[in-house]
Amino acid sequence: MGALIEARGLTKRFDSFVAVAGIDVDVFRGEVFGFLGPNGAGKSSTMRMIGCVSPVSSGTLRVLGMDPAVDGPRIRARLGVCPQENWLDEELTVRENLLIYGRYFGLPRRTLADRAAELLAFVQLTDKADAQVADLSGGMKRRLTIARALVNEPEIMLLDEPTTGLDPQARHLVWDRLIQLRQEGVTLVLTTHYMDEAEQLCDRLVVMDGGTIVAEGSPLDLIRAHATREVVELRFVAGRQQALAAEVADLADRVEVLPDRVLLYTQDGDAAANAVHQRGLSPPGILVRRSSLEDVFLRLTGRTLVD
Amino acid sequence: MDTALRALEYWLLSYKRTWRGTIVSSFLVPFLYLAAMGFGLGSFINAGAGRAALGGQTYLQFIAPGLLAATAMQTAAFESSYPVMGSWKWIKTYYAMLATPLRVSDVLIGHLLFVAFRVLMTSMVYLVVITVFGAVSSPWGVLAIVAGLLTGLSVATPTFALAVRSERDTVFSMYFRFAILPMFLFSGAFFPVSQLPVVVQPIAYATPLWHGVHLARMFTEGTLSPGWIAVNVGYLCLWIAAGTWWAARAFRRRLVT
Repeated sequence: MGALIEARGLTKRFDSFVAVAGIDVDVFRGEVFGFLGPNGAGKSSTMRMIGCVSPVSSGTLRVLGMDPAVDGPRIRARLGVCPQENWLDEELTVRENLLIYGRYFGLPRRTLADRAAELLAFVQLTDKADAQVADLSGGMKRRLTIARALVNEPEIMLLDEPTTGLDPQARHLVWDRLIQLRQEGVTLVLTTHYMDEAEQLCDRLVVMDGGTIVAEGSPLDLIRAHATREVVELRFVAGRQQALAAEVADLADRVEVLPDRVLLYTQDGDAAANAVHQRGLSPPGILVRRSSLEDVFLRLTGRTLVD
Repeated sequence: MDTALRALEYWLLSYKRTWRGTIVSSFLVPFLYLAAMGFGLGSFINAGAGRAALGGQTYLQFIAPGLLAATAMQTAAFESSYPVMGSWKWIKTYYAMLATPLRVSDVLIGHLLFVAFRVLMTSMVYLVVITVFGAVSSPWGVLAIVAGLLTGLSVATPTFALAVRSERDTVFSMYFRFAILPMFLFSGAFFPVSQLPVVVQPIAYATPLWHGVHLARMFTEGTLSPGWIAVNVGYLCLWIAAGTWWAARAFRRRLVT
């Protein structure tokens, strides 16, 4: 069984600007695959090419075994797309949005009526079926967009930043639905810049920066490869970090100095924390935690703000 | 074609919310125009030398087909401006459609079909009203609807292109003020173009509306000339073909990036 999505040297150029600079990606059936990266890393451009709405500039791309340049409509018939901006019709009702979208796929009205009811139950919007979309909260609109993307029973679902801008309750509800879809065998491809989201959901992911892939693997693999097992965060009085960082540098594999704290990347956080105490440094705040994907992300893509 | 009809279905669904209002206004507007101009202004013109200049018919009979074509143009221009821009810029309906099996050509044709439907409805209502006012003197008058449809599409297609090419909706206030309104006033709907200064007459004859008005007038008066029908229909079809080509190019450039 080959990959559902197979990209080789995939490139997207806009005039002289290179948004995606020759990436290789394989996504297999049933997995949750993530594109991580800061804004402008090329995630959305990649997703749009996979979604067969943006022509490939160079390289090859196969989706469901077909070439998007030739079989765009046939591929899109089997994809579910959850775009960043929802693209819902705010003046139509919740149910109407689902029904009309299903019609775009040529599905019969009778099938759609049943499916709309199921999908609304799935995303917990049954009570809102006849409400205008304009009256929904951000989280509800997002769930409706997910339901809409499922109307054609897609084999691959593309989710561009599925939980950006949602409150924690709404995010968890979206995550629950996505995990359930994965259990039902739907292949999920998502972009995110939330590390907790990637750790929660993704089986495998790539970190993109400046149009290229800078790391690839499972969340755990990436943490092992690019960060230490644990991190000790030392909070010192402002202005003293630089001097103190020098005194603890030998206690860690890597030391990072931030405006309000010093991070010690180490295999054994407790041992490092004890050593700090033994040297009489006693910082006002000390926290030992496991490394997260966020540490990997910041290490790979830097702390410089990209806008 | 089947896929373009799916896109049309969206427009019909969203029209369901507002159709009542548009039906009322599409009866009211011709009624007001015909009452004010056909009877009010017409009573002056018919009493004076104007009647001879109009070829012996009443002013009401003269402007009724002109108003039908001019209103078809206005309906088409409006339906092809803000709604088209909104579909890629604000509501993004086009993008939602393109994430499905629909193609750019389906999105364009589906929306154009809806505008054609709206123009057809408006023209039919107009025809009913002017018939009631006694302004249609031939059974061929039924074909004024076709004149209205062709006029509408000849304006709708380039307006689609404009609405997709332009970055901001400010372009429309210019468009309506400097293209649609002058065309409405000076394309032979209210007075014969021969009354205009000789130098500007060619501009009036080059507008699609003049051809639409001329065509509609032949039908309502029953003064059919095969040669003129061929010229008017041919010219309007030329605009529709060129406008569709331009709109298709603009759609691809905007939506396929």
